[in-house]
Amino acid sequence: MLWPRLARSLLRRPLTDAPVPPLPETVAGLTERLQASARARLGRSLAIRAIDAGSCNGCELELAGLQGVVYDLERFGLRFVESPRHADVLLATGPAVRNMGEALLRAHACMPEPGWVVAVGDCALDGGLFRDSYAVAGGIGAVLPVDLVIPGCPPSPSLILEGLLALVEAES
Amino acid sequence: MTGPASRLILSAAPRGDGAFTLDAGAWAALPAALRQEPELALMALWADGARVHAAFRSLAAPAPVIASCAVEGGRFAALSPARPGAAWFERAIADLWGWQAEGGSDARPWLDHGRWAMRAPLSPAPPPRIGEPPQPVFLPAEGEGVHQFPLGPVMGSLGEPAHHRFHVLGETIVRLEVLLGYTHKGLQGLWRGQPPLRAAPLVARISGDSTVAHSWAFAGAVERALGIEPPPRAIALRGVLAELERLTNHLRDIGALSGEAGFAWPQARLGALCEVLLRASEAAFGHRLLMDRIIPGGLAADIALDGREGLRAALRLVAAELPALRDVMEEHASLQDRLSGCGVLRPEWAALLGAGGIVGRAAGRDVDARRDLAYAPYDQHPPAVPRASASDVEARLALRLEEILAGIPLIEALLEALPPGEVSTPLPARAGEASFTVEGFRGDVFCWVALDEAGLLAGCFPRDPSWLLWPLLEASMENNILADLPLIARSFNASVSGVDL
Repeated sequence: MLWPRLARSLLRRPLTDAPVPPLPETVAGLTERLQASARARLGRSLAIRAIDAGSCNGCELELAGLQGVVYDLERFGLRFVESPRHADVLLATGPAVRNMGEALLRAHACMPEPGWVVAVGDCALDGGLFRDSYAVAGGIGAVLPVDLVIPGCPPSPSLILEGLLALVEAES
Repeated sequence: MTGPASRLILSAAPRGDGAFTLDAGAWAALPAALRQEPELALMALWADGARVHAAFRSLAAPAPVIASCAVEGGRFAALSPARPGAAWFERAIADLWGWQAEGGSDARPWLDHGRWAMRAPLSPAPPPRIGEPPQPVFLPAEGEGVHQFPLGPVMGSLGEPAHHRFHVLGETIVRLEVLLGYTHKGLQGLWRGQPPLRAAPLVARISGDSTVAHSWAFAGAVERALGIEPPPRAIALRGVLAELERLTNHLRDIGALSGEAGFAWPQARLGALCEVLLRASEAAFGHRLLMDRIIPGGLAADIALDGREGLRAALRLVAAELPALRDVMEEHASLQDRLSGCGVLRPEWAALLGAGGIVGRAAGRDVDARRDLAYAPYDQHPPAVPRASASDVEARLALRLEEILAGIPLIEALLEALPPGEVSTPLPARAGEASFTVEGFRGDVFCWVALDEAGLLAGCFPRDPSWLLWPLLEASMENNILADLPLIARSFNASVSGVDL
């Protein structure tokens, strides 16, 4: 039965991890990038549209983990949205594969101003292992202006969360 | 293996490890012979610059048999008229090598979207590409009131890039066609000419969720080509890694299926259990997704000193909670209502494409490479192979649950009987050719490698089970409603990156 289990879980300690404080240096770096107008408008909340620009789907597994109860990114005012038109952040994973180039540009063009591009993973940084391929343009920076890179292969959910929280801090 | 196609292949010149070299005449006779031997399933079809290769197996003889033929003048006889699953492979060969499959059922490109600087990038002298990228052409559906619904390549809910072209009549899907290739990274060009240890990180990133399975199939093929055996401790730990990958992926898939059907509570609980396993994996092996752990020759590193205890504790948590979760999901009428009878795959289609894995077993097919090929360590630890017959989303979910419950004692037994000693052995540099098949969480992962005299990769083709799952997903969507796409697609969970390469 579901209901007794739900009732019992009310009495248990939450499964969610304690929040991770972002690094002050990262926050300081990002603050410089963000305009005062953006801070006033967005407050401490970010709508994120994740876009796979050619990843191996490893980063997607960790991003999916962020939405789970253990990391629970919504408690920080961060949430994934379905359309880039609703997004403050375009979160791109994978190397910028040539076959996804136009889709990446169009998704970015749909975003309202002000918006940021976060590149997640070693591939998104500079193309990673795939950078010399005929099918790869390079990192996400080869196609879009990148504001924040979260390295790792794949970066753990706590590392991704730390990066996104730095963005929130810099903005508020 | 007594049908006309088997006889045709087995009477050709053997090269060892179940591979045979056919002359052009024998290859051209293959499609007709295959039509008379429907039980011989096509596993993969690929090219290596000089030859085209096809791997087959049957339920009665599960070890792959490879037929190869030298390609003259950029043309070879197509197998797709006899095996519909060959069409995707033939189109990929045309896109990457520029070779045409004569008499093929489909000649449209799918990997080449016209975005690269050249055509046929793997051919010796790729011609430059001139002009605008062409618009893709989709198979038609005709009738009064039929209209098209395009979806993708940018997908929602963290989905991998794929373009779905639906023809719908109201809510009902008349035809789905999937266009992939959006994550094509050019892997076959990247690992060509590399030593196996340099290629291993690329292989580990064919499909992130199947990193262990692909790394193992590649390592197994390289080791077999070189005639070496990894140490027994590495073999047992490979089994642990593969089962952990199966467990975490099944937990994610069951959770996502439940979430897509609007029942969030199991998704939350299963996500927490999955996280427990990922953290124990990181503590034991140094990587949450177990990437780059398996390398040709053995393992990159041994299990951590206290890794065994951590894994056992994590598995106990999963084993304690899962039966209760299963009961809740089975009793929840609104969940069952969404899953039952949804996305039915007709068993004859599963047989036609030789489907394995969860999708094949949910359609009643008795296949599991771990048991059928009995590769170490599964020769000592034969797995249970649960099956179902309903072949719908519910059956696929139920099988995943059963496989988790069967996988926990398997990991515990492997950890208990862990042999002492080294975990890797050096690779000699010499020529060789071999294939290896392992059972990943989606089904059988097949990998073929050819090494030249210096021990460098002359060719490598990893075949993810998704190559066969995508056409089956297209077929299973027919007559379902558009709103059930996320459920049905997740119950197949075909990888995009795994086939785009």
